[in-house]
Parts: sequence; C-alpha cells; structure tokens
Amino acid sequence: MERNILHVDCNAFYASVEQQRRPELRGRPVAVCGREEDRHGIVLTASYPAKRLGVRTGMAVWQARQYCPELVVLPPDMGEYQRISRLARDIYEEYTDRVEPFGLDEAWLDVTGSVGLFGSPMEIARQISDRVRFELGLTVSIGVSDNKVTAKLGSDYKKPDAITRIERDNYVQVVYPLPVESLLYVGPATARKLRAIGMSTIGRLAQCPVEVLTGRLGKIGGVLHAFANGRDTSPVRRTDHAAGVKSVSNSATTPRDLVCDEDVHLMLLLLSESVSARMRELGCRCTVVEVGVRDAQLRSFTRQQKLTAPSCSSEELARTAFSLFRESYRWQCPVRSVGVRGAGLVPMDQCVQLSLYPEDQRREKWERIDAAVDRLRSRYGYHCVRRAAVTADPLLGRINPKDDHTVHPLGYFRG
Amino acid sequence: MDREKRYVPVVVRFERDGRLRPLVIELDEARRYPVDRVLDVRRAACGSVGGVGERYTCLVNGQECDLWLEKGRWFVALKI
Repeated sequence: MERNILHVDCNAFYASVEQQRRPELRGRPVAVCGREEDRHGIVLTASYPAKRLGVRTGMAVWQARQYCPELVVLPPDMGEYQRISRLARDIYEEYTDRVEPFGLDEAWLDVTGSVGLFGSPMEIARQISDRVRFELGLTVSIGVSDNKVTAKLGSDYKKPDAITRIERDNYVQVVYPLPVESLLYVGPATARKLRAIGMSTIGRLAQCPVEVLTGRLGKIGGVLHAFANGRDTSPVRRTDHAAGVKSVSNSATTPRDLVCDEDVHLMLLLLSESVSARMRELGCRCTVVEVGVRDAQLRSFTRQQKLTAPSCSSEELARTAFSLFRESYRWQCPVRSVGVRGAGLVPMDQCVQLSLYPEDQRREKWERIDAAVDRLRSRYGYHCVRRAAVTADPLLGRINPKDDHTVHPLGYFRG
Repeated sequence: MDREKRYVPVVVRFERDGRLRPLVIELDEARRYPVDRVLDVRRAACGSVGGVGERYTCLVNGQECDLWLEKGRWFVALKI
C-alpha cells in the first residue's frame, strides 16, 4: 500500500529557540556552542546568518569566530530545547500516533491513516508548519513522500521554512541531480568510495547495477541502491516503541584531563549512575559491562566483562568498569574521555536465579538504593543527593551525565 | 513600539476541572487590574518579547490584553 510519510526538521533548532526567546538576537549570527572551559567548545547549531558566513556545526568556536568575528556565542540550554521539542511532538501527535523522533529537532510522521481526517499530506504539512510557527515561533522544513528516506531528502531540499513533495512523478527530476552525500547513510567515507567510482549524484547511484555497489561496499551497497531509487520499507516507529534498544551507554569528555585512578573512578561512578538510571527507565538490567577509554592523544580502546547475574546497580557497574580499567590502562598518558556501557540487556521482570552468596544479596540492596536516589532526584533535582566521592573534585563532580546536553539519537537500522 | 517582558504576580483561581482562571493582574502596588473575562486560551509563541507557553487573551477594563503562562510564571509584554 502507498504510504504517506512526512519528515519534519526544525530549522537551526537550538539557535532558533534562543532567538525566539531573545528577540534582540533575531536576524543576527548566533551559534549555540558547548562550553569552551569544559572542552566541549564546538558549534552545536548556527543561525542562518551565521551559516551564510561559513559557520558550520561541529566547528571549533575559535574557528567559527574567524569566519564571523561578530558571532554571538551562547551556551546550550538543553532543558529548554527538550521542552520545545516535546511541544513540537505534541503538535505532530495531534495528526498521527506514528511519530518517530530523530534527535530533538527531527521526526518522521506516518500520516497514511490521517488523510481522511485532516486532508492531503501536503495539507497536513502546511497545518503543521503553520502551527509550529504560531505556537513555538519556529520554522520547519517538511519533506512529503511515500517513504522515510525520500521524505528526509525532501526536508533537506529547501530550507528554511519550506515544504517539498517528492513522489514517483517528480522523483527523477528532483532527486537525481542531488550530490550523493545528501542521501541518508552516505557519510564522508562512503561518499569518497562512491565518488572514486564516478557516483557523484544520487541519480548515478540509482542507475548503477546493484552488483557493482555490493562488490565495492558490501551489504550497505544494496541498501544505498534501494535508497537512491526511493525504495525504503522501514516503518515509522510509534512514539512508545522502546524495543530494539540493545545497550545503554554514556561517555563524557571531561573538563580537564584525568591523571590518576581516583579521577577515573569518580567519572566511572557518575557515568554508571547515569547508565543504571537509564536502564531502570527502560525496565532492564545488563549482563555485560563495557568500559571505553580515550587518552589525550586520542587513542582509544574498549574492554568488556560479563556479570555473574543481570544487574542495574550503579555500584556494580562502576566497580566492574573500574577493575576493567585498572587491568587495561598503564597511564602512559592522561585520559581525555571515558565511557560506560551496559549491554546484553534483559527485561527487569525476567526471572533471576537467586543466589546463596551474600555478594548477590548485596546487589539487590544496591539496586534499591539506586531506585531511591532516582526518586529523590526526580523530585528535588540531580544534585540533591550525591556520593561523597564526587564532592572530592568539584570540577568533575558537578557533571550530570544523564541530563547535561546528552541527546541519544537512535540508529536508523536499530531493531 | 518597544515592549518589555515583565513577569507579574497574578491572582489565579483553580477550577474544579483543573483549568486556571486569572482574576487579577498586579503590575505593581498601584496598578492592580481585575480580569473581566478570559476570551481565549491557547498555546502560542510570544513574538514581541519572546517566550512559549499558554496565552490567555483577557478582557481588562474593556481592552483585550495577552497574559502568558510560561514554565509556571506569568508574564505580559509591557509597552515602554
């Protein structure tokens, strides 16, 4: 059956939210950037006037200032962006229950079942665009198509504040001339390979025999060939769809380099608390703990270990991660970033083999403590209760890995 | 005309169904304005001074004025 898919993209989202609430910034080059003191000093989003002067997402702040000396640099306010993102999703959900967010600023909507109620997909796109402008003061670009990949091409096609319909009748005319990088899942590395064999546009990719692509790129070659031809059957997942999560991880580049075991231990405690809290939100425990380390020379490695029984205790995660770290790192140079991952997830309601050993009874106790901490924090704020260890270093200890600008985009091929 | 975002104290009645009904807007000690009627409530972005929340269009002294509830605080776009 023919589907009707919209892809809605809030233009220059973080910068637009800031400009909405501070009218004096409208029309000026604005960039929302991570804090330079925390060494997150890159551009997260630039406003259109800043983009026109060459400022790009991912650029270092000093670099951006070279392109645009009068750039207004703002720190991110993730709480506000999440609030506005939720309000935008409220609008989408009045048109369909099939809303799949892609980061804070993008979402796919399957409106196949809604056309009888609200009018054609183009009409729905216009209503959404008008309402987001009126209710949230933001502009959106919307792509209208019969699949997710082409809908995303449509929303990228014309920005800001535009609606682009790409369907069978105008597909070749609109999509074929686009550079191959515009296609979802063609990153710099794949683009280089494709361009090396003359595939510079989506049209060329679409017309290339699929065997050539699978020969060069492997399995993804076939996927890209289908995408280039506007064939994508992946469903828009419902908002409440949480299945398919395979692991929960959190990492942080720290405000200063970590130079000793105590520093790393402190960070692993913070990260483990965040990972274990998110596992509890998902209602699962992990059976494998992984630690990831990147040193000051940007060399990185990961090590993992299976647990004796499923756990979501932050204490156990941190202890396992720290012992993995101690076994694997020899302090040739300071550490720049660390991460903790809980993998091999199992549902919390799954039966657990009880144990006679006191060690395993402690696990349950720790999980109860963690759950109590969750409740306190949701009521009185993150910093209302903390481990004594994290007060030892105020610079590292004030990091809140769970809520501090962490957006957890899910992969396109999840599940 | 220049406007300023002014957070203001508001006397509010909680209705049985959970709706809020602003009764008095207190710009300052001397200027307390009773709200005669609420004409419209909807989510809206405030273009002039910035902000996103519930917009209460109120009738005050025979004049329409917009009162906004954003993240638990009330504000008006005051002419200056």
